[in-house]
Amino acid sequence: MSFLRGSFIDALVVLQMMVRDALNQAMDEELERDERVFLLGEEVAQYDGAYKVSRGLWKKYGDQRIIDTPISEMGFTGIAVGAAFAGLRPICEFMTFNFSMQAIDQVINSAAKTCYMSAGFQAVPIVFRGPNGSSAGVAAQHSQCFAAWYAHCPGLKVVSPWNSEDAKGLLKAAIRDDNPVVFMENELMYGVPFEMSEEALSKDFVLPIGKAKIERPGNHVTLVSHSRCVGHCLDAAAVLAKEGIECEVINLRSIRPMDTDAIEASVMKTNHLVTVEGGWPQFGVGAEICAKIMEGPAFNYLDAPVTRVTGVDIPMPYAKILEDNSVPQIKDIIFSIKKTLNV
Amino acid sequence: SLLFSDEGPADTAVLTRDQGLSYYRCMQTIRRMELKADQLYKQKIIRGFCHLYDGQEACAAGIEAGIERTDHVITAYRAHAFTYTRGVSVREILAELTGRQGGVAKGKGGSMHMYAPHFYGGNGIVGAQVPLGAGIALACQYQGNGQICVALYGDGAANQGQLFETYNMAALWKLPCVFVCENNRYGMGTSVERAAASTDYYKRGDFIPGLRVDGMDVLCVREATKFAADHCRSGKGPILMELQTYRYHGHSMSDPGVSYRTREEVQEVRSKNDPISLLKERMLSNNMASAEELKEIDGEIRKEVDDAAQFATSDPEPPLDDLCKYIYHNSPPVQVRGTNPWAKLQSVSSS
Repeated sequence: MSFLRGSFIDALVVLQMMVRDALNQAMDEELERDERVFLLGEEVAQYDGAYKVSRGLWKKYGDQRIIDTPISEMGFTGIAVGAAFAGLRPICEFMTFNFSMQAIDQVINSAAKTCYMSAGFQAVPIVFRGPNGSSAGVAAQHSQCFAAWYAHCPGLKVVSPWNSEDAKGLLKAAIRDDNPVVFMENELMYGVPFEMSEEALSKDFVLPIGKAKIERPGNHVTLVSHSRCVGHCLDAAAVLAKEGIECEVINLRSIRPMDTDAIEASVMKTNHLVTVEGGWPQFGVGAEICAKIMEGPAFNYLDAPVTRVTGVDIPMPYAKILEDNSVPQIKDIIFSIKKTLNV
Repeated sequence: SLLFSDEGPADTAVLTRDQGLSYYRCMQTIRRMELKADQLYKQKIIRGFCHLYDGQEACAAGIEAGIERTDHVITAYRAHAFTYTRGVSVREILAELTGRQGGVAKGKGGSMHMYAPHFYGGNGIVGAQVPLGAGIALACQYQGNGQICVALYGDGAANQGQLFETYNMAALWKLPCVFVCENNRYGMGTSVERAAASTDYYKRGDFIPGLRVDGMDVLCVREATKFAADHCRSGKGPILMELQTYRYHGHSMSDPGVSYRTREEVQEVRSKNDPISLLKERMLSNNMASAEELKEIDGEIRKEVDDAAQFATSDPEPPLDDLCKYIYHNSPPVQVRGTNPWAKLQSVSSS
């Protein structure tokens, strides 16, 4: 675990922690707290994790609790789900969620649906975690966002943290949850440091799944986002504040269940809604938010149709200039907000 | 026959009268239950998928006789017999097939999704149950409870890639898992010769020791299972058992089962190799029971199954309030969208 000293405020020291360390701390604390919790996946043990998220855990907890698997997603995911059936609490890591497609049957048909099919007899307390969405220069097969795919399915909970506090609090919640939770991290966020409050550093810091957070209040337009794009929204909001446009930035934190109430309350205040995501537009998170808003009380408060800012509807290209223009940039968000506000 | 094993199951076994009667009762109950399901299906009281086990009774009965109650079992969709051997009543099984609230899964699961303590279904996706079974075995090893898992699959599923991934990990980690291939010669309409480059299913585990067993003889199945269970329990790792068996019905109720095999073949197995007849003859010829006694048992079973069918046809369907129940476990209630925006349904979780 590494943290950097931030600024001194009176006698207070502000601690900063990178997202990867927050995830590490969450897993460490939960492994210590409950001996049924264990981690399995490729390179999670002796390599310290492909992205070093599980650094130090194998050294501390050993072979039984931190398990290196062969490259067998369908097999090890099924094994993880079976272990969850029989009393353990596995954390199943996908090196990236792109590889989860090889195992998706086990996630959906064996994990998600079992509690319902068994009329509540068989619970499945499992976490599927790993980096999701675009990275940098890894091209089409390694850059897909699976938020919409997993959030489509009843029986799953789907969580998408942005900062370190989210990462820690939500991962602990996911591990303690008795249901299958798909926990989508972001590789580009792993090395980003964020302030961690005293509370967030405690061993019992748990965030509720299903509740969004208002990262920045505002009156003119509601921005709803998840994962890395939350940061872009805050950056766009900072630029627009100088022009007198105050954005309310909502960090979804959970894709399923989604905090529709929070979005509606905000829209009823601001009368404008822009969704921002890294994933593809069709059948995506933004599309779902549009449908939800139309079906609820906030619709009558809209002064303009909802705008979706999304990744470009193409497989991710490799060349930097192309890749940069395949995902929402801050200028795209600003442009979309101004169009929505008709300014 | 054996592979890679210095010892094998015993060549002889001891069958006590009590055991014989118990296996007879078990197999006959399964037989009658499955035939009742056939009847109810033809009357359209059971709908959807219904994969019957008649002919294969010695496998389920023999396996249960060879393991402990505290061991674990998981199988695929031809699961009614295992649901019974693992402790669920005929009543609750038939009522699940007819989709009533008194069914073992309260009507939520149906034929392929019935569960019980240490029994994990009932799985609809061919082959998926095998890694799950190895995971259950991992939990046994992790918890150090000395229990094992029996993970069953058919000759069709034997060609699924995820099985080979599972064999590798189970062997690598020495998981206490007994892999059991119920080879009934046909994967739906495809005979084993047309599906597998090697039909020696007991060898397909490669580095995992394998045995081939006469799946129509309940004693063979029991002894092989005991041997396999001991192997796992002693920490030697997984083992594979191929049970050579046969299903009288087609793949499911929508398959007459005679387009890919001859009626003569089915009849031949019935007359020469029926598992229940084999046991019955063995017991009669060894004076372990009288014909009258067995007939009396048959009568009791007939009544039990008829009563169960009566319950299964008269019990009410689950209430509509159940629709959204138990999506989650130990979770705050969530609102569930119905078919239209005004249909806001509530889901309470199981606990």
